[in-house]
Amino acid sequence: MNAQHQPTGSAYFIAAETARPETHTLSVLVDNEPGVLARVIGLFSGRGYNIESLTVSETEHEAHLSRITIVTTATPNVLEQVKSQLERIVPVHRVVDLTVRAAELGHEKPLERELALVKVTGTSDNRVEALRLADAFRAQVIDANTEHFIFEITGRVSKIEQFIAIMKPLGLVEICRTGIAAMNRGPQGM
Amino acid sequence: MAGKQMEMTGAEIVLQALKDNGVKHMFGYPGGAVLPIYDELHQQDDIEHILVRHEQGAGHMAEGYARSTGKPGVVLVTSGPGATNVVTALQDALMDSIPLVCITGQVPTSLIGSDAFQECDTVGITRPCTKHNWLVKDVNQLARVIHEAFRIATTGRPGPVVVDVPKDVQFATGTYTPPSPVIEQKSYQPKLSGDLEKIRAAIDLMATARRPIIYSGGGVINSGREASQLLRELVELTGFPITSTLMGLGAYPASGKNWMGMLGMHGTYEANMAMHDCDVMICIGARFDDRITGRLNAFSPNSKKIHIDIDPSSINKNVRTDIGILGDIGHVLEDMVRLWRASKKTDRSQIEGWWTQIEKWRGRNSLAYPANKDVIMPQYAIQRLYELTKDRDTYITTEVGQHQMWAAQFYGFEEPNRWMTSGGLGTMGYGFPAAIGVQVAHRDSLVIDIAGDASIQMCIQEMSCAVQYQLPVKIFILNNQYMGMVRQWQQLLHGNRLSHSYTESMPDFVMLAQAYGGVGIRCDKPADLDDAIMKMIDTPGPVIFDCRVAALANCFPMIPSGKAHNEMLLPDEATDEAVANAIDAKGRALV
Repeated sequence: MNAQHQPTGSAYFIAAETARPETHTLSVLVDNEPGVLARVIGLFSGRGYNIESLTVSETEHEAHLSRITIVTTATPNVLEQVKSQLERIVPVHRVVDLTVRAAELGHEKPLERELALVKVTGTSDNRVEALRLADAFRAQVIDANTEHFIFEITGRVSKIEQFIAIMKPLGLVEICRTGIAAMNRGPQGM
Repeated sequence: MAGKQMEMTGAEIVLQALKDNGVKHMFGYPGGAVLPIYDELHQQDDIEHILVRHEQGAGHMAEGYARSTGKPGVVLVTSGPGATNVVTALQDALMDSIPLVCITGQVPTSLIGSDAFQECDTVGITRPCTKHNWLVKDVNQLARVIHEAFRIATTGRPGPVVVDVPKDVQFATGTYTPPSPVIEQKSYQPKLSGDLEKIRAAIDLMATARRPIIYSGGGVINSGREASQLLRELVELTGFPITSTLMGLGAYPASGKNWMGMLGMHGTYEANMAMHDCDVMICIGARFDDRITGRLNAFSPNSKKIHIDIDPSSINKNVRTDIGILGDIGHVLEDMVRLWRASKKTDRSQIEGWWTQIEKWRGRNSLAYPANKDVIMPQYAIQRLYELTKDRDTYITTEVGQHQMWAAQFYGFEEPNRWMTSGGLGTMGYGFPAAIGVQVAHRDSLVIDIAGDASIQMCIQEMSCAVQYQLPVKIFILNNQYMGMVRQWQQLLHGNRLSHSYTESMPDFVMLAQAYGGVGIRCDKPADLDDAIMKMIDTPGPVIFDCRVAALANCFPMIPSGKAHNEMLLPDEATDEAVANAIDAKGRALV
């Protein structure tokens, strides 16, 4: 997908891309069959698209349907291609651009939440400070002994980024993040 | 048997499913992981198996078979190297939208992942080069998967599919279910009919056009004979000029009065100039490939574009279109022809000026080449081949390179499905096995592979296959001792440094043909050419025709890489100086 950097379509003449990239959140409904995730991410790597966040889980057990949430950044033309190319994958049922849909519904952006587990070790003042800040961020302690805490924090990506940055000097040792789960506001389904 | 469920082994299920999907011929090569299927093949007469000499050949044969018949081509190969060897043909079929069903053997399920002998991750390797693929671990799913494989390969935008069958599944006993008219699959539902509102808008736009052009492609041929017929009707009704991509040749007859020749990098001057200057472009089943558009940001700058395609990802991919119509070409053209008729638009005066301009461009005679009495010009060879074969039941395939472009420029195709060439992937070695595939489907027809001396050596081993099955394929080699197209680019874009594009050691093609049990013919004099071609046609078996042509001829006209349609190099302008300056200093600095 280097064409996005070469509007001339030739390696002998390279012109810079002028369109501005946008970040969009896509929801992809797929049959939960072997290899389906490889098809989706293989498409992204094979065609040179970006994946900034990826979240997958089976959401409808009887129908064996999984929902894949992908955050990607690209120019508007390439974003249109990403959607069309995803729709070509045989086990893909639907592709919804939640960002576009949110705009249609009159919202700034779709609801996007992430969960993180954050392990912090420390003693005395640092330990107290970590606990106090966790409380301010509404992070829950899900495991602890005299030397460590594991916090569970849920929220917008920016909140989680901020929490991790604050925990760094207080003895941060391990982070695990889920990637973004997203849907649009209002009563309408996907 | 049909309609009833039966207990069978996996290998029997494969054969039964192929028969129930109408398969008469398949191309393959046995090996450890497909032995149970070969055992079944041995005990039946309904399907004829063609034994190839290399699995890539099997893939290309199936492609030729598919393109000349409109039916899916079927391939059977073993695990590991059998599967990896067929990958080139799968990607070729994917890019040119050719329906293939490829069955690969796999090591037993218990050994998958253990680095077993002749194991490879076939579904992993072929995932990006197929439309879809399956690893079947349950014998009871095998019949359903094979039926689904045929449906996916042949519907929507056609393409190759792979069904990977582990050896233990071939031995296991399970239930066979015949193909069902009810489609269980929910996710894959290709759309056939186009949006009528958009078709109306397209007709309205076409009616206002003063400089219209129809640019058609392989999608018209894939849609079936009816689509080609409708395209001809639309051209007749509108009076619009028409050009076509390499893949679309034959959908509109080369003898048709509105025909402008092929467009693109080696297209005619009139076709490319008309594309550049048109005000309404109707793209029918083509995909704005870079070999067609030239410099994208200078592509047909002042036109409104209508694009009809069955693949939504083709619309607005490289070029923004004003009206994108999603649907099968045949269905959409039927509506277009009907609506155009209903609009009763018969006034052609508004495009008269356009035709006058096109005639002026035609007058440049952009395919002209210098005549030569002593040496066979490659263009002349194709012209003579065309004249001597045009009144016969002829199919043409090609390899990839200069000979391919000359064949596209100088061989006139009147009907669809008569021209098989590797367009998207540009696979050297495609043409000869493809010709064998065509000949298997059309035993009594004249099938000619127009080849280059370099390309033909990439799948020459299939001579042995052609001789075994008495398939009288003719290989017509334009032998100039060079990889001509590579050399042409080196001359144009790499300072005439001919790095490894000259073949210093060439086989004696006449003796090579004889060694395989075929007939070899050599010709190096223009005066002898007609007789030699007639001798080739009259020879009952496979022939290798070594046509010695002018070594340094180049293929013009040409849009150099990164140039616009109106910046073509024409043959009379392609002086040494013009060639040297084909790209400017800024471009060279980037090379």
